[in-house]
Formats: sequence, C-alpha cells, structure tokens
Amino acid sequence: MANQKKYWKGLEELTETPGFVKAKNKEFAEEVPVDEFLGKQAQNSSSTSRRDFLKYLGFSVAAASLAACEAPVVKTIPYVIKPEEVTPGIDNWYASTYFDGQDYCSILIKTRDGRPIKIEGNTKSSVTMGATNARVQASVLSLYNSERLKNPSINKSKSTWEQVDKEITAKLSDAATKGGNIRILTSTIISPSTKKIIADFTEKYSTAKHITWDAVSFSGMMKANEASFGKAMIPAYSFDKADVIVSIAADFLTNWLSPVEFARQFSVNRKVGKDRKEMSRFIQFETIMSTSGANADTRVQIKPSEEGAVALGLYNAVAKGTGASAVSAPTLDDKITEKINKTAGELLASKGKSLVVAGSNDTSVQLVVNEINRLLGNYGTTINAAKQCNLRQGNDADFAALVTDMKGGKVDVLITYNVNPSYNASAALGFADAYAKVPCKIALTETADETAIGAHYVCPIHNYLESWGDANPYSGEYSLAQPAIYPLYSKKFPRENVESKHEGTRAAQENFLKWMGSENTDYYTYLQNHWKENLLKGEGYEFTAKWNDALQSGLLSTSAEGEANAQAVSLSEAASKIAAAPKGGVEVVIYEKTGLGNGNQANNPWLQEMPDPVTKVTWDNYVTMNPAEMKEKGYSLLLDDNRDASKVTVTVGGNSLTLPVYPQPGQVKGTIGIALGYGRTNAGKVADGIGGNAYPMVQWVDGTFRYTAAGATVTKAEGTYKLASTQTHHTMIGRPVLKETTLEEFKKDGRAGNEEEKIVVSDGTKMTEKSFKDINLWDDFDAKEEVNQINNADNLGLRWKMAVDLNSCIGCGACVVSCNAENNVPVVGKEEILNTREMHWIRIDRYYSSDLTMKEAHDQNMTESTRMYKMMDASADNPEIAFQPVMCQHCNHAPCETVCPVIATSHSSEGMNQMVYNRCVGTKYCANNCPYKVRRFNWFNYYRDEKFLNVNPAQESNEMGRMVLNPDVVVRSRGVMEKCSFCVQRIQSGKLKSKIEGHTIKDGDINPACAQACPTNALVFGNVNDKDSRVAKLIEEERSYLLLADLDTQPNVFYMTKVRNSEKAILE
Amino acid sequence: MQHESVIRDPLLLGKKTYHQITEDVARPVEGKANKYWWLMLALAVTAWSWGIGCMAYTVGRGIGTWGLNRTIDWGWDITNFVWWIGIGHAGTLISAVLCLFRQRWRLTINRSAEAMTIFAVMCAAIFPVLHMGRPWLAYFVFPLPNQFGSLWVNFNSPLLWDVFAISTYFSVSVVFWYLGLIPDFAMIRDRAKVAGRKVSYYCYRILSFGWSGRAKDWQRFEEVSLVLAGICTPLVFSVHSIVSSDFATGVVRGWHSTVYPPYFVAGAIFSGMAMVLTLVIVGRKVLGLEEYITIQHIDTMNKVMLTMGSVVGVAYFAEFFFAWYSGNPDESFIYLSWNNAIGPYGWAFWSLIICNNLLPQLLWSKRMRRNLYVTFVMSIIINIGMWFERFDIIVTDLYRDYLPSDWSYYSPTWVEVGIFVGTMGMFFTFFLIFARVFPFIAQAELKTTLKATGDLFHNPPRRLKADGTAADGSTVQPQTAH
Repeated sequence: MANQKKYWKGLEELTETPGFVKAKNKEFAEEVPVDEFLGKQAQNSSSTSRRDFLKYLGFSVAAASLAACEAPVVKTIPYVIKPEEVTPGIDNWYASTYFDGQDYCSILIKTRDGRPIKIEGNTKSSVTMGATNARVQASVLSLYNSERLKNPSINKSKSTWEQVDKEITAKLSDAATKGGNIRILTSTIISPSTKKIIADFTEKYSTAKHITWDAVSFSGMMKANEASFGKAMIPAYSFDKADVIVSIAADFLTNWLSPVEFARQFSVNRKVGKDRKEMSRFIQFETIMSTSGANADTRVQIKPSEEGAVALGLYNAVAKGTGASAVSAPTLDDKITEKINKTAGELLASKGKSLVVAGSNDTSVQLVVNEINRLLGNYGTTINAAKQCNLRQGNDADFAALVTDMKGGKVDVLITYNVNPSYNASAALGFADAYAKVPCKIALTETADETAIGAHYVCPIHNYLESWGDANPYSGEYSLAQPAIYPLYSKKFPRENVESKHEGTRAAQENFLKWMGSENTDYYTYLQNHWKENLLKGEGYEFTAKWNDALQSGLLSTSAEGEANAQAVSLSEAASKIAAAPKGGVEVVIYEKTGLGNGNQANNPWLQEMPDPVTKVTWDNYVTMNPAEMKEKGYSLLLDDNRDASKVTVTVGGNSLTLPVYPQPGQVKGTIGIALGYGRTNAGKVADGIGGNAYPMVQWVDGTFRYTAAGATVTKAEGTYKLASTQTHHTMIGRPVLKETTLEEFKKDGRAGNEEEKIVVSDGTKMTEKSFKDINLWDDFDAKEEVNQINNADNLGLRWKMAVDLNSCIGCGACVVSCNAENNVPVVGKEEILNTREMHWIRIDRYYSSDLTMKEAHDQNMTESTRMYKMMDASADNPEIAFQPVMCQHCNHAPCETVCPVIATSHSSEGMNQMVYNRCVGTKYCANNCPYKVRRFNWFNYYRDEKFLNVNPAQESNEMGRMVLNPDVVVRSRGVMEKCSFCVQRIQSGKLKSKIEGHTIKDGDINPACAQACPTNALVFGNVNDKDSRVAKLIEEERSYLLLADLDTQPNVFYMTKVRNSEKAILE
Repeated sequence: MQHESVIRDPLLLGKKTYHQITEDVARPVEGKANKYWWLMLALAVTAWSWGIGCMAYTVGRGIGTWGLNRTIDWGWDITNFVWWIGIGHAGTLISAVLCLFRQRWRLTINRSAEAMTIFAVMCAAIFPVLHMGRPWLAYFVFPLPNQFGSLWVNFNSPLLWDVFAISTYFSVSVVFWYLGLIPDFAMIRDRAKVAGRKVSYYCYRILSFGWSGRAKDWQRFEEVSLVLAGICTPLVFSVHSIVSSDFATGVVRGWHSTVYPPYFVAGAIFSGMAMVLTLVIVGRKVLGLEEYITIQHIDTMNKVMLTMGSVVGVAYFAEFFFAWYSGNPDESFIYLSWNNAIGPYGWAFWSLIICNNLLPQLLWSKRMRRNLYVTFVMSIIINIGMWFERFDIIVTDLYRDYLPSDWSYYSPTWVEVGIFVGTMGMFFTFFLIFARVFPFIAQAELKTTLKATGDLFHNPPRRLKADGTAADGSTVQPQTAH
C-alpha cells in the first residue's frame, strides 16, 4: 500500500500562506542577492536567462572549436544525375587505337569513374592480337602529364582559340593569295579521315603541301620497294610463318616497324612443349646488342659498314643455291663469311618459309634483301606485298627539300603536327637555321617541345585518349579510336557550341577544319561521315548499327588487298654503292631503346625508370662499347658493384657528344652505340637534361637518313658519371638459376637442361638419392593427389600459379610498366636506383653467358674456386643472353612469412603470399630472408617526400598525375614492405564477376597485369586445381622447374626451361 | 669461511680495513668532479645530442636516409644492435655466472660491469625500434590485447623471441644490479646523515629503500642475490643465442648455420670482457681504485678474453671450412669465405680476422696480459673486431645473394654513423654519471673478502704499489689462511 501520508516542511506549507505559494516555484528559497555582487543596473535589465546563457556558451564553444579545426577543402562535384554507364567502383572498358608515329596497337582502355587508368591489348585485333609493349602501356601516364599545354598561345603569350584561328586563317589566305608556300609537316598519319582533312586543306590552299617525315625513317626501304614492286610502300611481314628468320640489324622485337605485332608473331613459332618440339630459328647479324639480338639463336657480330656486304654475301650464297647470278660483293672476315654461308644453307632449306629483314635505311641494302626474299620465294608466304603496311610513310627526300626551301625563305607558313624536328632532325640538314627563317610557324602539339617553343602559334591538341580517331595500319585493316575521358584541359562543354572564350586543347583535325573554313568543324562528325561514305556504307539505323559495332570492337577488317609482285631488280648499282660505303675509324650505331624509342614519350617517368632490357640501365643513355676494348683504353668496366662510368666524347662529323660509356658484351670491337630519345631540352621536368641527343649525328647519305656512321672519334673526357642500373652482376656464376637447353637436346629428352637435382640422404643404414620434394619436413601446401581422390575435385578451391616460359620471354619490359600502372608502383628516380632501391614488383633479370660453365669447371677439375668464380662472373665476348622475369614467387613455404614478428605477411588459402600493409612495422626481415629478393620497401613517403616531386606521378601535389592511380590498389606509405600480389584485386573482381554470372572461374578469366601485357604470352596465370587450365598442363611439362628449388620454398611461380635452336642442332 | 690460496695474488692490495674501503668507495660520490670528468661528460652529451638529431631525422623522413637497399635490408642498425647486446653480456657473466662459481675476483668489477650491461642494453634497444619503417607502431610486436580483434604476434619469428629475451634480460639485470646497490646506497646515506648533507641524505634514503643493515636484511639480501644469479645465468646464454637465431633461422646462406648460438655467446663474452677492460682501466685510474682493480684482475679478464677469442676463432674456422667443404656454389660466397676475402668487402673481412683472431694471440704472453697499455689497446681492437664480425655476418652474407642479379653493395650514410655515435654518447653519459653518483665498487660484498686475510688485523697496514710490491721495497709475504 502506498504511503498516503503527507509531510510538510512547516506551517507555511500546511496552511499555504501567500508568501509561501509565491516563493514555492523559485529555485532558491531566499532571494539571491545578485545586485550585491553584480551591482550594475544595466546588467539587471538584461533578459538573458541562465538557460540562454548556457545555450550561448555551448554554441560559442562549439563554433570556436569547429572553426579551429579547418577541414581541407576538396573540390569534388558529385554527379547530379549519375550517368547510366558510370558506377563508382566498376570499371568501363573502351576499345581504341594507339599510334604515335612509332608503335601501332589496338587497345582497350580501362576507365574508372571516368578516368583512363590502364591500357590493355585488344585480343580481337588481327594485327596486334592483344599484345602491347612498354610504350603503349606507359601512354596512359602521358595523358596526365601536368606539363601538357593548356592554352593556345601566340608568340609565347596566352591567347584564345578565336584569336588564333582569326590570325592563322588570315595568314594562310594571305600566303595563298600571294602564292607563298604553306607546308604541313607531320609524322606518319595512318588515320584515313585525318589524311582526307589534310588533303582537303591542301586543296583549299593551293600552295599547301603535306610532307610526311618520321624521326626514325624507313624511307630507304620504301625506295627499294618502289624498285621491286613499283610502289613506295612497306609490305606486311609474318614472322609467325617463318621457320628461319634472318635479321640484319633490325630490332624487330622491340623497335623496328611494328614491334608489338612482330613480337607476338615471333613468339608463335617459338613455343615448344610436350606436343611440339619444333621452333623457328633466328639469326641476327648486328653491331650493338639489341633486344632482338639478345633473343637470337645465333648472333653474328658485324660492323655497321658491313651490313650491305653481309646482305650481298647472303644474296650471293642464296643465288648460288637457286641458280641466280651472283654480283660482286666486298670481302668479309672469314668468320662472318662462314656464318653467312651456313645461314644461306638454312634459308635455302626452308625456302618459302623463311624471312630476311634488314634494319638499314639504305636503299641498296633493302634492295638486296628484297632480292634475297624473292629468290627464297618468301613473297606471298612470309611477306605479303599485297597487304600494304602504312605504319611508316615518311619521305626523307621530301623533308630535305622542305628544309632547303625553308632555308631559302620559300616557306611562308609551316604547320608542324606530331613532329619535333628541332629535336630530332639530323644536324646535316641544318633544320635550326631553316626553322628560324620561316615567317609563320604553327605547332600542333601536346607539350611545349623543342619545336613548339620556336613556333609563333602553339595550338595544344588532345591526347589520344581524349580524341576520336581512326587508323588504317594495313590495307584492309581499320581500327577506331574513341575518347575515354573528356579532354582534361578543354574548357568547352560537350554540347555547348557557343564558344565565347574558347581556351584549352582541341582535336588536331579541328584546327585544319577551322583554318580551311569548313562549315562543320566538328571532327567527330567528319570522322563519322568519312566512315559512312567510305567504309560503313549505309544510311540511318543501318549505319548506326555498323558504327556501334566497329566502335565496340574498335576494329573493322575489309578484304581490300591489292596486288603486288616482286620484280627482279638488277643489283649491280646497289652492289657498287654498298662497296663504296664509308668505313674506318670508330663506327657508330644510333639506335632506339626499348623504353624510350624515338623519345616522343621521354617525359614519361615509367619509361625512364624501366630498365633497358639488355644493359639494365635506367634514366640515361650512354655509349656502348666492347668491354675488352674499354679495358685496353683504361675505361671503367663497372665491375664489382662499381657504378662510376668513364666519360667519353664522341665526335661524328662536326657533331660531338659527351656521354658515359657502358661496357656492353657482344658489341663489336671498334664500334659504339648511342641511343636516341635522350638529351631533351623541352620535354618536361622528368626528361629534360637526361643523357645526350644523338639525333644530330644521324647521317644524310644518298637521299636517306642513315643511323650508322663511320670515321667517328672517341676520346676520354674528364670525370666520371654514375650509371643507375638495376643489375650489377651479369652472369649466373655457375648457379642453375635460369635453365636452358638446345632444341637438339630437347628433342631427345624433354627434361634436358632441367635434370632433377637430387641429394644424397642417409636413413642411418644406407645412402639413397632423393629429390628435394621427397625430403620435406613439413606438409605440402598444395592439395595432394590423395586429397584429390578423397574430396570432390570441385571442392579443392582455387590455387593460383603462374608459369614463366623462359623460351618466350624477350625481355621487353611491357610487364614491368603494366605492373607499375596496375599496382601504383612508385617511381623513385635515378638516385634511388643508384641506391639499388627500385620499386618494380616484377623485374626481368638478364644473364649473359660466361666462357666457363660450372660443368666445364668440374671437368677441368678447377679446384681453385675463386679463380673459377672470377671467370664465371665475367661475361663471354659474344654472350648468349637469357631473360628471366622474377616477381614474388608466392612460396608455399615462404621464408618471409615465418620471420615477420607481427604476421604482416601471410599465406592465403589460394596459395598467394599476401602483404598486410596496415600491420607492417617495417623490420625488413622478410626482405632479407627472401631468396628471390622480390620484396620492395618504402624507404620514403614516395608520394609526399620532396625528393620525388619531379619523378613520381603519384605525388600529392600533382593533381593530374594522381589521376592515373588505380583506386583498387592502396598507395603505400613509408615504412611498409610491398611486393607482387598476383594482382589480388583482379583475382577478387574476377571471382565476384564469375559469382554474379553464376559460373565457375574459367581459365583466362583472371589475368594479372603482367601476363595481360606480355606480347609473347610468356606469362601464363591460372588455377592449378582446374585440371583443364593452361597452368595445370604446363606444370606437368618436363620443362617446368622451380627457382631455387633446393631451398624448398615451394613457389607458386614456376619456370619453363629455355630452348635455344642453336647452330649445332641444325648443322651437325 | 673464505679461503685464499697462498699461491694466488691477493684480491686487494694495500691491506685495506673496512673503513678504508668505505672511504675509497665513497670518495668519488661525495667529492667534487674534476674538469676531466666534466670535459668527458660534455663530449658524451654532445655526441648523444647529435645522435638524437639523427634519430629524429630518421623517424621524420624515413629510413631511406640510411644506406640500406633492396638486397641489404639490415646494415649498421642491426650490427650496432648485436654489438651493444654482446657488450652487455660480460656484465651479467661476471655478476651472475662468476657469483655461482664463487669467483671472488669479480667483486671489484661486477658493479661497473653490470652498469655497463644495463647501459649497453639500453643503447642496443634503440636500434630494433629505429630500424623499423614505422617505429611509432613498435608496440605491434607485443602481444597486447587490442581493438583490432584477435590479432596475435608471430611466435615463429625470432624477432619476437628477441623482444621477450631482451626485455626479460634487461629487467632481471636491472633488478639484480639494483639489489646489490641497496647496502651501498645505505652506506652513503648514513655517511651523508653524519656529515649533514641533507640533499644527499634525502636522495640516498629513497634509493636505499630503508636498508637497516640488520642480520635479517643481510640474510634476505644474500638469498635474493643467489636466486637472481641463478635466474641471470641462463639469460646470459639465452639472450645471445636468441639474437643469433635472428640469423640462424633465416634461409640466407651464411646465416643459416647451427653453430651460431654458442658462437654468438662466446663472441658476446669476448666483446663484453673487452669493453669491461676498456672501462675499468680508465675507471681505476680516474677514481683511484688501482688497489681494488689490480693487475691480477686485468690478467684474469685477459685470460677469459683469450679463451673466448679462441672459441670464436674455432667457430670462424669451422664456418670457413664447412662453406668450402659443402661444395655448394652459394656457400662459396658467405662472410667467411675466400670469395669474400678478395671481394669488394675484403676490407671488412680482414678487419675481422686481424682484430679478432690475429692480434689477440698476443695475450698468450703473460707480459702482454699484465701490461695496461697493451690491454687497453687490445680491448678496443677486439671491440672493433667484434663490430666487424656482426657487420660481416649481416652485410657480407646479404650482398652476395642467391640470385646474382640481386647482388649489391652497401655503405652507411652520415645518419647511420650519427646514430651509432649517439648511442656511444648516451652510453658514456650514463656511465660517467654512474661513476660519480653510484658506488663504483660493490663495497658491501667486497668487504666479505677481508675476512679471508686475518693477517691484516695482526700487522699494521702497509701501502702497496699498484703492481703488488710494497711501497717501502720489501717483499710482500704471502698471506696465510685461517
């Protein structure tokens, strides 16, 4: 029962006196003497109550503290209406085309949230067949080059397109009416619509003429073909159909003509296995050690002046075999002659299934090569002259005439598009003087390059990833290019045709359309109309459907092959010219490097940091020289981790260049090699000042540019120069790191070169030989056969493995750049490479053969081990080369995993070794304990530290460069270890995709970036528990082996023995 | 109770009385420091400050400021770590192992040797933290309950064993050391009270934990000392065995060697003895303790050093031999191999061999062992040699790795050198302060040796020179035992 009693405090409450009632509701029973301590009348009149006061206090404290913590202002504008096709976190792919005047590649562009972040090969293309190379892979970063031009300018001051168009149109019509010459200088254009626009332009301005010129010219070859086929063009080559390939100084695997396509073709006929024990044979005659030469089965050292003589010698030997008449040829060294005769024998044995190419730009040499191919019946089989290759159209003579005209003041307006002659014209022509004399120079360019800074009008154009376009690489082969991003520096809105103050970049073609006063200046419309009229005939819906199809695949093939038959050509004139070729002195080869090529992407840090396949040097060009010769001259041989290279001054004609000298085994004595693409002065902050420019040394002989020279002098220069290479020891020192055999041995025994290593073990009573696999203390991580039988095979789950076919790898480095792009691998710059701190997750080890092998040493009973190892450490004079890509081996018994004190690296149930960046404290023990040294430590905050401001695109301050980052992969902070993850983000997305689509993961669904980029399919990735997968089959092959198997790390990456189709196999 | 053999040299010279010992030990603590002490302290503090600057730079910018690279991920950092840990070993050996073996000559040097241990371990502990990429997350290596869920440390990792081994070693060493200090602090406290030095009295009263000197105190003191000596003894062997596991459990050839644990312990005692010698040779002179730390002590320590040096030498030879005998091409490039001797790191190889194997052979000669100058120089040479041993093990085993494409070279930067100099400065700062503030010699324990020679009480004390001869030229009679 509740207490109903009422208590009262006093009589006042009981009686409820008025005074009590009044005071009852007050907080304080007695009057608070506020007046006494405040005392001021004004405050009394204030109406602020205690509660209000607390409110104000609370608000002002909150406001003050909010104001104190200033949040960074990030300008992000959300989609008001989300575009249907853009879903955050989901990537979109667009088919497009890459052609920069150098490499052609049909590509797929991966975009995330509207920005391109990765380039991959388009497997549907019949030309490049899904292959890419390092330059194509790196091109996505060139889009985000923050030094691209953002505004048109007139005489170096910022302007608007209206002003530029007005002035240029006036100048053009002025020149045309006065009869002044207008010249358009471009590199090779393979876009039919662009060519049409330029043709229209020259039609409109009758004094205009279009001149095509390539930085690295094929003009001589075209001239030779004009003689042979009656048309100045280049035929299509099929390296895949050739059983014997002979190349005279053509680096077709990484630089010559269409390297992406040729590398893929080449690899087709080099695959061997259980069922296929035949492969093509590749013989290279060359001076420098090119990437192709490094992949040759037989490499013959010749001087550059002997290229013609070798071609003639080969011709005579082939002619002898086919009954054709011989021509007089200069005599060669006996050794070379012997090799030529052997080569001719092999060629004759594979008539119609052979291919001879030459890299020379000398018409005479190319003419002889044409004749050899004709005698061998290669036209129509390995060379298709009916299918014209449009990838090089430059005409040296036209260019020379242009320069002469310019010098003579005969050119009134010069429009340059996609060329940079101020940088890459031979000094012989004196382009600089000529350029200065042109009264009106217009440069269509992406960056303020050497040519653009001298121009009156600089018109910034879109990057290829922002542009519409088309391409016609071969007759009958078309591809489309489409923008994957709205132009970064365009301030025009897409649907707004009102251009009140139009700045930013615009399509190159639009310039021509504007300046010729076209009615419709929109290039996209023009392009569509062009295709409508010429390729996709049809109207309305029919056309739209066809167009969309072409756009979706990026490709269109028509059977538009012409006819061309090789005519017999008299070689007497060519022979006499070859005999008169200059020789003597130091002979120079000017070549393109696999990374930078002709240097148009020099400002791309990914390419600068990609080690050269052969020398492994980054960030520089240098003079390559024979080590024995260098020793005689007392130059630094860069032995024993020494990085101080000697410097030399090379003088060719009147041009000299001072560069460090690199000892290149295999380089012919008395010759040097210098790479193009360096020594830029206006490429941007990455490239400027790196190396020296070799273009001025290019020779102008007999109407074509020559990339070899004789009579050079080499003198020692003062001081030394540090060359940053990622590899300082070049042989395997007798260790079975990279296993190889010959085709002959391989035919006899599939395990040749990969003999199982056994060790003797004792069980206490008797000694037995056991393989490493059988003396394992620990459980196998991989599911064993017994497990297979007990469980349903479907329940085994996924187990990822990667096969590395050493026979296919050409060392081109496409995987390295692809991995950089996919995994946000930091670029660290030359100084850090000198500290051996490159960050590449995949590297390609290049090994030279030494004169002494371990077996020979044992046979010779060389017990004095140090002498033996010293000899093994030295490369052979003309070494055989092998490439070995090394990425994290994802060991099942990973040495890194056991030593980490905090379990920051662990094993996944799918066989991958994983890094937990958040957990890593950076003791680096894992890296020490990794026998493959594939772990990479973040020594600095590469994205923030000022030291990397100019090199690392992912710098915080570089808003543009950061756009290339893959949002699926975290940017690592300093102090953590990182390494190849098998592209775990791709595996994850592939698994999710297959789950959504409701099927199991098929072989090939998931591909890491390196395997995807590989032009030769040397890297094969897959689930080994799927018995039908390629890796499951490859691992059963006799060629498969594990790197450093004796350590019992049980890697999930396995290698396939390299097979050389060496001379012995054929001739003995 | 105590027995001194007649054929042994006396442990103490100068026929000390209890009071004399008290006076001699208390003198440096109660007196004023001379200018040399201040000069040395200034130098040490400067070096330490410089080191702190270098450490701050490292933490601020990243260990990219060091010379390490892709192939050689440990360099001076871990070399210095192992070196300092090794130096610490002699202290515990002297105070714990020799205590159990009742080697009473240890009594005059154990205090300073233990102090050396503690300061050396403090110096050593800096490196594992600093060599981390993210030292602010160093607490990840402790098995702490945390908000990250069931996240545990890796008990397989020798680095984790290090964490436990070193923290245990350090804490037990500190307790053992401090325990021995209590009666001595009480002595200074009592003297301060009598002399009326209030601050001193107040400080030492706290430090001495209210030691009263009752028989019960002494009994407990002795018992705890014995127990701690028992605990410390296995730690002497465990710590460096575990440090050696950092290498021995790795797959790096040259590291992966079963001889490492005993070999590392011997090496640690070798270098630790050398450091004790360096310190006491200076200390006895500066503090006027020649009669306590006699030539006999130095001779004995030299003998320990020679023994340990020989053990290490045999280990080197075994490493060299087995690398060659295995016929394994990888093994042909380990730190003790001919290929290394003639390679780019040959200078480091030969520094090790000369400092650790060749020069210490001089100690076979008694004259050399009893020569202070030779001993002092030798102790420093051995410490240099032992530093190179660790450098060679770490760097020259890593730089010639399994895949020749990875081969590289390493040189330290000024930052790494600065940090090492800084730890030297820290060590000497602590040691100099210790020498003035703490009783340098464990006087309470030392006084127990006086009972061994009752003769002292029968004959008037004679002053003896440092070499043991009497100041008046007469020969010293062997002391008879009671």
